[in-house]
Amino acid sequence: MTDSITSRSNLDLDAPATPYLDSNELIINMGPQHPATHGVLRVILKLDGEKVLGTECVIGYLHRGVEKIGENRTYTMFNPYVDRMDYVAAVSNGLGYCEAVEKLMNVEAPARAKYIRVILTELNRIASHQLWLGTHALDIGAMTPLFYTFRDREEILKIFERYCGARLTTHAFRIGGCQYETYAGFEKDVKNFLSFVAPKIDEYEALLTTNRIWLERTKNVGVISGSDCIALGVTGPVLRASGVKWDLRKAQPYAAYSEFDFEIPVGTNGDTYDRYLVRMAEMRQSLRIIEQAVNGIPEGPIMAKVPKVIKPPVGEIYHSIEAPKGELGYFIVSDGSTQPYRLRVRPPSFVNLQALDRMVRGLLVADVIAVIGTIDIVLGEVDR
Amino acid sequence: MPNFIMSYLGIKDAITPGAAGSQFWALIYVFIIFTGVSVAVMAMNWLERKALAHFQIRLGPMRVGPHGLLQPIADAIKLMLKEDIIPAEADQLVFWVAPLIGLLAAFAVYTVIPFGPSQAVSDMNIGILFMLGVSSLGVLGIVVAGWASNSHYPLIGALRSSAQMVSYEVAMGLAVVSAILMTSMKTGTGTLSMIGIVQAQQEQRIWFIFKFFPLGLIAFVIFAIAMVAETNRAPFDMAEAESELTAGYHTEYSGLRWSLFMLAEYAAMIAVSSIAVALWLGGWMRPFPNLLHAPAWDFIFSLFPALTFFGLAAIAIVGVVRMPSHSFFKIQRIGLAVFAALLGFIAVLLLVIAVAGRSADSSVAARFREGIDYVYWFVLKVAVFMYLFIWYRATWPRYRFDQLMKIGWKVMLPISLGVLIVTAIVGALVS
Repeated sequence: MTDSITSRSNLDLDAPATPYLDSNELIINMGPQHPATHGVLRVILKLDGEKVLGTECVIGYLHRGVEKIGENRTYTMFNPYVDRMDYVAAVSNGLGYCEAVEKLMNVEAPARAKYIRVILTELNRIASHQLWLGTHALDIGAMTPLFYTFRDREEILKIFERYCGARLTTHAFRIGGCQYETYAGFEKDVKNFLSFVAPKIDEYEALLTTNRIWLERTKNVGVISGSDCIALGVTGPVLRASGVKWDLRKAQPYAAYSEFDFEIPVGTNGDTYDRYLVRMAEMRQSLRIIEQAVNGIPEGPIMAKVPKVIKPPVGEIYHSIEAPKGELGYFIVSDGSTQPYRLRVRPPSFVNLQALDRMVRGLLVADVIAVIGTIDIVLGEVDR
Repeated sequence: MPNFIMSYLGIKDAITPGAAGSQFWALIYVFIIFTGVSVAVMAMNWLERKALAHFQIRLGPMRVGPHGLLQPIADAIKLMLKEDIIPAEADQLVFWVAPLIGLLAAFAVYTVIPFGPSQAVSDMNIGILFMLGVSSLGVLGIVVAGWASNSHYPLIGALRSSAQMVSYEVAMGLAVVSAILMTSMKTGTGTLSMIGIVQAQQEQRIWFIFKFFPLGLIAFVIFAIAMVAETNRAPFDMAEAESELTAGYHTEYSGLRWSLFMLAEYAAMIAVSSIAVALWLGGWMRPFPNLLHAPAWDFIFSLFPALTFFGLAAIAIVGVVRMPSHSFFKIQRIGLAVFAALLGFIAVLLLVIAVAGRSADSSVAARFREGIDYVYWFVLKVAVFMYLFIWYRATWPRYRFDQLMKIGWKVMLPISLGVLIVTAIVGALVS
């Protein structure tokens, strides 16, 4: 255990060569049962007093073998399972999977279905960011934002519930489109939500953005450069906060994203505060997208012509989307049967978690918590 | 009646039982204060959960008793019945003693808290020194608890706590010294006695928070910040930062021992708030003694205790009326009505005393009325601080350990030192 922390990977060449030999060092297990590790992440910390000398993440406590399950289910049967990975952004998972299979089958969802997908996915992005904000603030010691964000997230879950009957693991989409037509009043609900949540986001910002303690706790904490992010494969808001303007919704548009006008918020310093700002701005951009989508939603069918038994042609496909936490990719190898020959998920949380050690070396214990929060991991997705 | 009971009552001057040498009455006072503080901690426990919940758009405890009024009692019973765990690797004796040290330190302070000119256990001539000294012993309980647990998180929590308390004690002490300097302004001789400090404010006809504006105010603010750090409350609650250190120094504690820590924490909060009230906010004095000093105003202000209880009773009655009429709520409803009646009864009692004792002579009723007024205003001011503690906790994120130390040594200490020097210079120039 000790050796693995002290040994340096290729990425740590510029870390100071501190000799680890005296007895003042402390090895602490943070987790798997710890209030701030967002589930069952276990971080082994090597401390000198309160200073972090190194970390090592131990994952797998929530491993359910989702990929293996996928190989033993038909394409249709596996669809609800993906919701259980990033359970706070279940709609995004479903979108990625459905689009990957559609791409494999050379089917395209109808325009109306695409719009519904965009609306629900962006709503889910807001919900995911709200949950991130609440827990992140709670980790840093501000209790109250958690309850405000949960209050407002509830409105999104209500829309999901009315649309597909489930609040969390929605299974909202089907391969080839959407199973359900929007319910009566869907558009009104979404529009009401837009006008409801915009001032609420200002409210969160009023609590935190210029708060002195919040600034001190987040500025210059967990700094990571854009090139390091790219080297580590980090994506999503963490990458964008480091100044890299990379968003799959713009870079390789999927669903109906090419039809909407929105911006990619980027940060400059790559610290915790910038990541906070980027996510706050993303919520506002999501509102913009939803507004355009709900106003321009076309009439028409919601399902493409898809056979009852899905049998994609032999081949392989990698399709990725911009999930709230970063690039969510599905790699599917088809042998022409009803079940995937191999199914591999590239979860953003798992890859982003790699950056933890990079970000926290030399910081204090309290910062480890802030950085875990700012990477925004969901252990269901890390462990799968 | 035996002499040792009556002798103290016969004294017409306002004097504490400790100073009068009446051990019997001192014991009675100790008993009253101990009970009062315990009840206050319970009330505070309920109030914190309720107020915090309402800050956070929740309801807080609602099930045990009407509006969760019996929740602290249920909690206390639960904690007492819990299994008493001492970790196998812990230092048994020290683990056992640690919460007692904290509790003792928190409660010993109450011997000198001046609820009124004679409403204190004792009037020590080194009162404030005793108070600062004993209350900082509380850190010993925390350090010892962290060490004896023989576990990493408690150890880090204890170290943080000791470093934090030591650094804030300095700024706190200097702020206190500047207030003590002010006591010497009129008479030339200052005092360390808590009662003496309040009486000095009475004689100088000014609360020290307004004295040499803004010097008194700055010293007060320094103290108000330091006392939050001293009691390990948010945003300075690093010692028990739950999201970082799970529960800090009391991670390994459970049941009754854990509740002793909580009791000590809340008692210490009340104690430091009492220091702030006594030193800067005029202690037991009612507001506007200069502006509204006619006897009629005295009478009006003496009605406040009764009015407060009438108000509380009214809130309870509103609760009774608003409670759903379903039979499920019948017992709760009756309970709340009884509680309202109890509050109303106390209010009527206080009103009778206020009216009967309105003359300023030395009749028993008048002395009673005075005593109630003193305690009421003192407790009200302390209650404001208690509310602030809750408000802080609901509003702010937590400081990081090194930032806290930076503020303590690089901001608070120089400012309090500066204030002390300027106060001394201004004082010398004025007198």
